[in-house]
Amino acid sequence: MISEKTITDFIYREADLLDTMQWQAWLDLFHPEGRYWMPLEWQQQDPVLQPSLMYEDLLLMKVRIERLAGERTFSQKPKSRCHHLLQAPQILVCDPAAGTFKARTSFLYTETRGDTLERFSGWASHDLVPVGDELKIRLKRIDLVNFDAPFGNIQLFM
Amino acid sequence: MAKYGKNPRAIGGLVRDAEVHRDVYVDPEVFDLEMEHLFPNSWIYVGHASQLSKAGDFITANIGRQPVVASRHTDGSIHLFYNRCPHKGVKIASEPCGNTGKFFRCPYHAWSFKTDGSLLAIPLKKGYEGTGFTDTQANDGLSRIKNVVVYRDFIFARLSESGVGFEDYFGESLSTIDNMVDRSPEGKLAVEATPIRYMHTCNWKMLVENQTDTCHPMVAHESSAGTAIKVWQREQGNSTETPMAVQLYGPFMSPYEFYEQSGIRIWPNGHGHTGVANSIHSNYSDVEGYLGQMVAAYGEKRAHEILGEVRHNTVYFPNIMVKGAVQILRNFIPIAVDRTLVESWVYRLVGAPDKLYERALMYNRFINAPTSIVGHDDLEMYERAQEGLKSNGNQWVNLRRLYESNEAPDVTAVINGTSERQMRNQFHAWAKFITMDMDQPVEAAE
Repeated sequence: MISEKTITDFIYREADLLDTMQWQAWLDLFHPEGRYWMPLEWQQQDPVLQPSLMYEDLLLMKVRIERLAGERTFSQKPKSRCHHLLQAPQILVCDPAAGTFKARTSFLYTETRGDTLERFSGWASHDLVPVGDELKIRLKRIDLVNFDAPFGNIQLFM
Repeated sequence: MAKYGKNPRAIGGLVRDAEVHRDVYVDPEVFDLEMEHLFPNSWIYVGHASQLSKAGDFITANIGRQPVVASRHTDGSIHLFYNRCPHKGVKIASEPCGNTGKFFRCPYHAWSFKTDGSLLAIPLKKGYEGTGFTDTQANDGLSRIKNVVVYRDFIFARLSESGVGFEDYFGESLSTIDNMVDRSPEGKLAVEATPIRYMHTCNWKMLVENQTDTCHPMVAHESSAGTAIKVWQREQGNSTETPMAVQLYGPFMSPYEFYEQSGIRIWPNGHGHTGVANSIHSNYSDVEGYLGQMVAAYGEKRAHEILGEVRHNTVYFPNIMVKGAVQILRNFIPIAVDRTLVESWVYRLVGAPDKLYERALMYNRFINAPTSIVGHDDLEMYERAQEGLKSNGNQWVNLRRLYESNEAPDVTAVINGTSERQMRNQFHAWAKFITMDMDQPVEAAE
């Protein structure tokens, strides 16, 4: 039975897989129709006809991940690393009967490469669905507090 | 000690026929002179009239280092001012865009100005009686920028009071803007999206040059576009439809021969474009219903003419690039000698199917965003160049690919698509416009 704790554990594990660069295990958390979305506008509703920083399906996420290890991926020489610091997830919906699970988690994210270190903060929203006994990500949405700022390269996943 | 200020001869010496000195990218004094001379002498993109749809709407921008504000007046006219209160210099508008209502009001002492810039009211006005205030510049209100041209809703301005007129400056290069606007069945574009903003720690000219550099995509973008093709070939399974994403990434990996025969067209004053015969935008899927709309609006022949023009990147000297076939304008805004803010704008084709807007937005986030893997490839190269150019081993940047010794400046020509001639064209214009308003040459420092 999926409980609030199951959701919370899932979210912590997801961040940990990113921080430890277990990319394939991280991709496996997504539903086949899953999406990763980083809006560019305040309280954005539409990922398709409004501008976004990222809106990617599994194919595009795979491209991003395979690229990280590419021999001629010069922007990953040296490689980037990342760190997530999460607040306790706020469970918005935990409805096993309907199969609907939603949470919102405040985070601090650090991405570093070479001598540079960048910090970002915002909220991660998880829209999860059960597949067999497991939860899968239908949508992971990242709302940065300063989504409209001019950033340098953001190379990994928040 | 200043090497280049008020020294047009020394500046001219930075640009050879097919080489430029590294100081144009790394010397802070050269950057200062660009802000003081090059940008004011050139016609600079400020914004799009659709951002000023109602009276009282305003947008703010910088031309070089000068903060400006554009506003829509009650009679529908567009005005451009320096963004400073004539009293103590406070910026009157601080947001990128907004609506100021019937007047601008300075937040410091509540001086107020009509949306055509004229002075509306000053609190305690009687304190100025008999002081000679009416003879001051402040009495005229916000300082107006006189040379403003709204060309098919694109707002351009030249800060210098004298210089090259708008039509002479852009000439035939305006055909790329025409083509982008004509792609709307209503002949109209609209800005509905905020721009994607991307900070580059490199000189602004590296970005401009890269727009017509056709020998880097297959090398630098093997990591992103190359991987996208590889993953798609492996994972497509039984699908027969190429997703939009693969259509956008794929052509970046086109071979040298493709770019060679695509061609580059150069125009006077540093403008030019890649993709004359065809381009990486040539083979996108048709969007259902669109051709019918275009034929209905323009007739069969003209509609095909418009849609057959698939120019790749058009550089408008000095610092914007327009991509008509996907309705994108990139503004390379210089912040410092080694710092450039890139704002990438998407225009919606008014009256066209949503799918075209979706594609334009997708292209913008795939290629122009700080989260774009293609963008990562490029920025890495610019940053390495910004570092590498500190080397004293060789102080010249080589732009000799397909150089011909009899190349005439300021001409229109179509050339091999892998030529570096457009970069030479830009640097010729660079030397011309940066020195245009300098005093007669003083003796070069020995």
